[in-house]
Amino acid sequence: MSARRGSLVLGGVLVALLALVPLAGWHIPWVLPSTVNVLNATGTLEVLALCFIFAGVALGYDVLFGYTGLLSLGPVTFFGTGVYVFDIALTRWGWSLAAALAATLVVTLVLALVLGAIALRVGGIAFAMVTLAFAQAFYYLVEDNPHNLTGGDTGLALASSRLPGLLSGAVSNTRSLYWLALVYLVLVGAVVRVVLNSATGRVLVAVRENEQRVEVLGLRPFGFKLVAFTLSSLVAAGGGIVYILLIGTAVPSAVASITLTLSILVMVVLGGPGSAWGPVVGAFVYVYLQQYLLKVAAEPSFASLPAVARVPLSQPQFLLGALFVLFVLFVPGGFAGAVARARARRASRRPAAPAIRGDT
Amino acid sequence: MTVLADLTFSAVALSAVYFLAASGLSLIYGLMDVLNFAHGLFMTLGAYAAWDLTTHLTSTLSAPLNFAVGVVAAILAGAVVAGLTELWLIRPLYGRPISQILVTIGLDLAAVGLLLGGFGSNSLSMPVPLWLFEATHWGSLNLPNADFVALIAGVVVLVGLEWFLRRTRYGIIIRAGVENRDMVRALGVDVGRAFTLVFVLGGAMAGLAGLLNSVVFSGDLVSPLQGDGLLIFAFIVVVIGGLGSIRGSAVAALLVGVVQDFSNYYLGTHPGMAEIGNLSVVLLLAVVLEWRPRGLFGGTL
Amino acid sequence: MSTAIDITDLHVTIGGSHILQGVSLQVASGEVVALLGRNGVGKTTTLRALMGLVPRSGAVRVGDQDVTRWPPHRIARLGVAYVPEDRDVFSALTVGENLRLAEQVAAPNYDGVYELFPELRQRTRQRAGTLSGGQQQMVAVARALLNEWPVLVVDEPSKGLAPRLVSELTDVLARVSATTTMLVVEQNLAVVRRLAQRVVVLDHGVVVHLGPVADLEDAGLMRQLLGVSA
Ligand SMILES: Nc1ncnc2c1ncn2[C@@H]1O[C@H](COP(=O)(O)OP(=O)(O)OP(=O)(O)O)[C@@H](O)[C@H]1O
Ligand SMILES: [Mg+2]
Repeated sequence: MSARRGSLVLGGVLVALLALVPLAGWHIPWVLPSTVNVLNATGTLEVLALCFIFAGVALGYDVLFGYTGLLSLGPVTFFGTGVYVFDIALTRWGWSLAAALAATLVVTLVLALVLGAIALRVGGIAFAMVTLAFAQAFYYLVEDNPHNLTGGDTGLALASSRLPGLLSGAVSNTRSLYWLALVYLVLVGAVVRVVLNSATGRVLVAVRENEQRVEVLGLRPFGFKLVAFTLSSLVAAGGGIVYILLIGTAVPSAVASITLTLSILVMVVLGGPGSAWGPVVGAFVYVYLQQYLLKVAAEPSFASLPAVARVPLSQPQFLLGALFVLFVLFVPGGFAGAVARARARRASRRPAAPAIRGDT
Repeated sequence: MTVLADLTFSAVALSAVYFLAASGLSLIYGLMDVLNFAHGLFMTLGAYAAWDLTTHLTSTLSAPLNFAVGVVAAILAGAVVAGLTELWLIRPLYGRPISQILVTIGLDLAAVGLLLGGFGSNSLSMPVPLWLFEATHWGSLNLPNADFVALIAGVVVLVGLEWFLRRTRYGIIIRAGVENRDMVRALGVDVGRAFTLVFVLGGAMAGLAGLLNSVVFSGDLVSPLQGDGLLIFAFIVVVIGGLGSIRGSAVAALLVGVVQDFSNYYLGTHPGMAEIGNLSVVLLLAVVLEWRPRGLFGGTL
Repeated sequence: MSTAIDITDLHVTIGGSHILQGVSLQVASGEVVALLGRNGVGKTTTLRALMGLVPRSGAVRVGDQDVTRWPPHRIARLGVAYVPEDRDVFSALTVGENLRLAEQVAAPNYDGVYELFPELRQRTRQRAGTLSGGQQQMVAVARALLNEWPVLVVDEPSKGLAPRLVSELTDVLARVSATTTMLVVEQNLAVVRRLAQRVVVLDHGVVVHLGPVADLEDAGLMRQLLGVSA
């Protein structure tokens, strides 16, 4: 119990510090992802806000992947639903903020229940494939620009006229959007914790460990899997809403493509699936590194490097992919797994449980 | 009538490419339970290897010979990279199926990133014999030569693969391993070699598929992301056909190619339906899975 | 007499359940040992662990080799033939292909195998999945005899077979046992009496009795160990 309270306090302190970042105009050389070396520069705040958003999405995804043991390849469907339904309601239909939020919630809920019910009829790899197919269908749909709703490949800019002043996309609002993203992450963290610590959460883990045993106890795994699927979908859609508020434009390649699904998976695996804080760390490392590497590659001195160094270093996708391969091979359980092993070694107890449960 | 025949022919050519892409994927999954996300990479690398050699040899070799060199290069590149992938990345992770999937995802991301860095995201044009752009006229029919090439490649590989799986010792090991890997081991057979072999075979077919995809359907263009686009359809073909079944892949590839081409032709011209071909393929997958969750030929080779 | 199979303190844990909890048993070369026990006590798991098919701890020796960390195919190639439970033949393969898959020596003894199971000779092109249960069991045994390996591990050869077939199969195994070391799991005590010199009884993952085959005649002991009246 005291360990849990300890980590709660630590989390609270971290959140408080992060909440103060927009007020801190410190000059910090080198490490910031923005070309302006000031901590609360707009560019840095925007990158940190992206970190919060994807940390939340990764936490939600991990309920399904790490805790329930279901490899979904479709989180992007719901992230994209959040982005587009919200954007279309405000921009195309001119609805109020409240109406747009309600519409997004309802559409996501219905879509998650329907797609989840279909996909969960199969298990294992087939489940992964079906969710991938749905995600692709969503991508094609968005790209198709039906009834001129989504803007297709050109994208759909969010019209901010219906938004309260603080949230409209103006650069001066990055600060409030930063706080909004932080609130989103804290909220997701709290909800996910509550659910996982409840009786339902324990059944989810039991489904992962041994589905038949859950059935023997007279429970229907299907219902619990659907709960996990829906919860992680709602979290992803919420992330999509904050994302479109922050970035201001919806483009299929950024918010609906398989690349985003794989990125979320990479974040969770880097951080450690099925652990309380792993996905958050994974998302921070992933998003931050990606943006930071882009900045480095854009620097003038970079162009003078020889091609053998310049080509790989200019591609965050290469570096993150390679890092990911190394983690899968040599750091099972990601950061959380490594920390758990270090702790176990210090306590000289037996080594921690296998990295990805069900992976044997 | 002519339209229908022309359309069917091009659909079958498309199916041939899908089959080449999917059959290796299916064998790898059937034997090893590895969902190989790097298969798209093998296709892309095949196309790039062909591009690289043909562009540099174009002044010294005659056009047909140059193209033949490209085909060989594509096959070899796919085979070699796939074999090394199995030895270096998959083998250390035996017994950890999810990690094996993840490592192929990482490899795909990293290598495609490298290609993007080295060649840029724009497509490159490959020199091919002009003959490929022409069409053979058969009465009122107009059959593109490139489609013929794809079709012949698909049929040759299907026949060759069936022969290999039925007549050779390794073929028998692979078919037995799809059914029960452990029992093959218990008979004293080192299944690990068969694992490397299916990767090499699958990579060779993928390399060829990547080249044909460029030549037949992308106007001789190669791009770093082409394989990943094709991979999605290969996955769908594999799931519809039944994981691990070669005949299933062949039948499913035909089904997917025909559905995609026909819906594109008859519906795709309506406004807002440009993607109808792709959408109907996904719909087909959903229907098949509802009806037969293990695919059309699930469980047999 | 030297030891052909030496299992010491074997533990197996699958999916969180501790199935074998320190099994130890030896089979001397030339000997036939029967492994007995009620349903679900871990007999099959013991054989699978011996073959390297499940993760295990403890020590497994075959001849003078410590094979505890070996993969299954290397253990088999030491000369250990295995007939799995439920006649695990490859149903999509023909009879001929099933046999061909098992070939591990330069001169596999097809003549000997067809002499023992003449029926199989006419059915080499039939798919094993379409064979009757008894014929499938013949394929499984034939596969194991093809290489004339010195050690034979058999899991319930008589399971689900008609009485006549059981006695035929027992005849075959009895002939083989003249030249082969055998570890056989069997519920049919008549078969055990014909084949085995010693019995090992397993219960809940531990060995509860070791003794000569004559112990089967001790009705009280058998009722206590196996829950049957012999
Ligand atoms: N892969 C597995 N996963 C979970 N439990 C298993 C597995 N394999 C075996 N078991 C369990 O281990 C126990 C021993 O099984 P085993 O097959 O070895 O029994 P057995 O003695 O051969 O029984 P029988 O006489 O019925 O063949 C059983 O309770 C079984 O349910
Ligand atoms: Mg048994």
